[in-house]
Amino acid sequence: MGRYHSDFQGERHRFADLREVLAKASPRRSGDELAGLAAESDAQRVAARAVLADLPLTRFLEEPLIPYEADEVTRLIQDTHDAAAFAPLRHLTVGGFRDWLLSYDATPGALAAIAPGLTPEMVAAISKLMRNQDLISVARRCRVVTGFRSTIGLPGRLSTRLQPNHPADDLRGIAAATLDGLLHGAGDAVIGVNPATDSVANGMALLDMLDGLRARHGIPAQSCVLAHVTNTIRMIERGAPVDLVFQSIAGTEAANAGFGVSLSVLREAQEAALSLGRGTVGDNVMYFETGQGAALSADAHHGIDQQTVEARAYAVARAFRPLLVNTVVGFIGPEYLYDGKQIIRAGLEDHFCAKLLGVPMGVDVCYTNHAEADQDDMDTLFTLLGVAGVNFIITVPGADDVMLGYQSGAFHDALYLRSTLGLRAAPEFEEWLERMEMTDRQGRVRALAPQHATMRRLLAEGSDAGEH
Amino acid sequence: MPVNTDAQNTDAKPAAGGRSIDPLLDPWASLRRFTPARIGLGRTGDAPPLGAVLDFQLAHARARDAVHAPLDLEALRADLAGLPLCRVRSQAPDRATYLRRPDLGRRLHPDCRAELPPGMWDAVFVLADGLSATAVQRHAASLLRATLRRLPGWRIAPVVIATQARVALGDEIGEALGASLCAVLIGERPGLSVADSLGVYLTHAPRRGRRDAERNCISNIHRSGGLPPEQAAEKLAWLMTEALRLRLTGTGLKDDQPALPSPAPPVIEG
Repeated sequence: MGRYHSDFQGERHRFADLREVLAKASPRRSGDELAGLAAESDAQRVAARAVLADLPLTRFLEEPLIPYEADEVTRLIQDTHDAAAFAPLRHLTVGGFRDWLLSYDATPGALAAIAPGLTPEMVAAISKLMRNQDLISVARRCRVVTGFRSTIGLPGRLSTRLQPNHPADDLRGIAAATLDGLLHGAGDAVIGVNPATDSVANGMALLDMLDGLRARHGIPAQSCVLAHVTNTIRMIERGAPVDLVFQSIAGTEAANAGFGVSLSVLREAQEAALSLGRGTVGDNVMYFETGQGAALSADAHHGIDQQTVEARAYAVARAFRPLLVNTVVGFIGPEYLYDGKQIIRAGLEDHFCAKLLGVPMGVDVCYTNHAEADQDDMDTLFTLLGVAGVNFIITVPGADDVMLGYQSGAFHDALYLRSTLGLRAAPEFEEWLERMEMTDRQGRVRALAPQHATMRRLLAEGSDAGEH
Repeated sequence: MPVNTDAQNTDAKPAAGGRSIDPLLDPWASLRRFTPARIGLGRTGDAPPLGAVLDFQLAHARARDAVHAPLDLEALRADLAGLPLCRVRSQAPDRATYLRRPDLGRRLHPDCRAELPPGMWDAVFVLADGLSATAVQRHAASLLRATLRRLPGWRIAPVVIATQARVALGDEIGEALGASLCAVLIGERPGLSVADSLGVYLTHAPRRGRRDAERNCISNIHRSGGLPPEQAAEKLAWLMTEALRLRLTGTGLKDDQPALPSPAPPVIEG
């Protein structure tokens, strides 16, 4: 006690422990206020940042936020920490590390080399000392490249998840939304559907339909049914064409238990998917979703602020060499991220923290109807993330997810980002688009006329789906 | 819906006199039967056509209006004419606080306790604004009356109208009244396609601290392809009868009524 205090411009501030310093240093957000962890004033928030800036990075190795004995995520973080990669940073304070990250010495190669030496708590701490432009500038230099049938995360590329959800899992409806996405050049990260009914039989029907479509048209992408991991393991056992294993994860053992998962179940699923050997350009077989507020909503946050506990989820993800990870940043609701400002900040933080840890991060740029946000806020976040080098974004027809009842990205939004920022699809997928005569001489996705052969061939799939 | 095409694309052929193609040639027309998703919107450059942009804005505006519109108490009282009523509110003083602090929406304002007459009630119905007062305004009275007709001889407490209310507010209300069952009729989170969906949460022996797993839920009650209030009443009366007989609700009370249409998964409104 009393170890954390500051005399900041004439005011004395005291903080009980490391968790409190981190929480009070966080930018304002409704979830920390709901949890009773937020700074009591703006001045106290800045004082906490001043305390944080002077802490040595080694403090995070000495003082785990949740005891080693009590939490398998803490054990994972401590046991896999790479002391050799950390050695060059050992002498630094949090503030000193922030300065180094923003320096010209922090090249893509240097950032990749230190990633295994960083813990989520260190990365979360640094993010709290950074402005939005700092989060963008550093994340842009972090390269995390993964592969399965397409290569994701290369510089100058922006991939998309095509999310063809349907409120009743109607195979023809899902096929129709998938075709709409493909004709907009979407789907190079994954064609991934959230099932309305999470059962093994239903998941297998969806997988068969999506895999058949992919195989018939030689699409260099992967499909995924975002079922619970235990259901996906059963689908693999029954011979379903599983490319990727999906699971929602969080930053504490208790929150993961709330999702019905543990590290051992995830390991089992990864081994099962690897045994199928379905990847062609890589063997990253896992897909994870995370989001600030998940641990608090499961009452499993251990008094840690929501941004720091979110960063711990990336340590879980990192252990399984995933193809894709994304935060569902505005999905969890205004009691965690109240408005467009908070959603935008959290999206940039999540992307930065994951990338710095070496996680292939994408973002579901999204909001619900009871949040104080709209399409203009999403346009802003899309653009900032495009500049920051986000690996992929989520896209649905017309930004309206008719199953989950929230607003995500539109296929059009990805076209806007690629055109405006000069970004391109994954190389294998880009070649496929060219073969299908779907791109023009500038590499832009054309709006095909109804009589075009590709349009006719793909749309014929819509009426056939469910009959294959 | 017209498909806008872009002059920069070599094979796009704007129709004479405009940039849209005859709807009969719209290749998406046949696929729209299979999904309510916004497929085949068309493009101008990278952007969707203006008509689609405005459609989306209107749907979002309706959803937001439903979240923020206050309950019209006079109109609701008129719809409930003839029934004894109580009026309570949660500890959330306004909508902005309500959205940020779900914990306050679950707690009864101390001034309201005196409004609730304790008694040997079999059940209390709580009409709660939740995230869509519009849903309560449109469907709660007809659902309530249709349910009451199916529960002859029940000792029903005065109907409680609750504002800035979450589901768990019903626990404290039911406990204060001493009711065996509490049925909270509450506005669900509005989506772009439906902004007036009502949910019902039934809890046996309501008291503070009840968990969601101890409730039964009927969701998606509305007249736009959801469960119509009359059908929902049938289901609710059955659940209430079984809950009183078995003295429980939640995962132990299995709903073995025939399957009902479910256009979207329930959005649990805590």
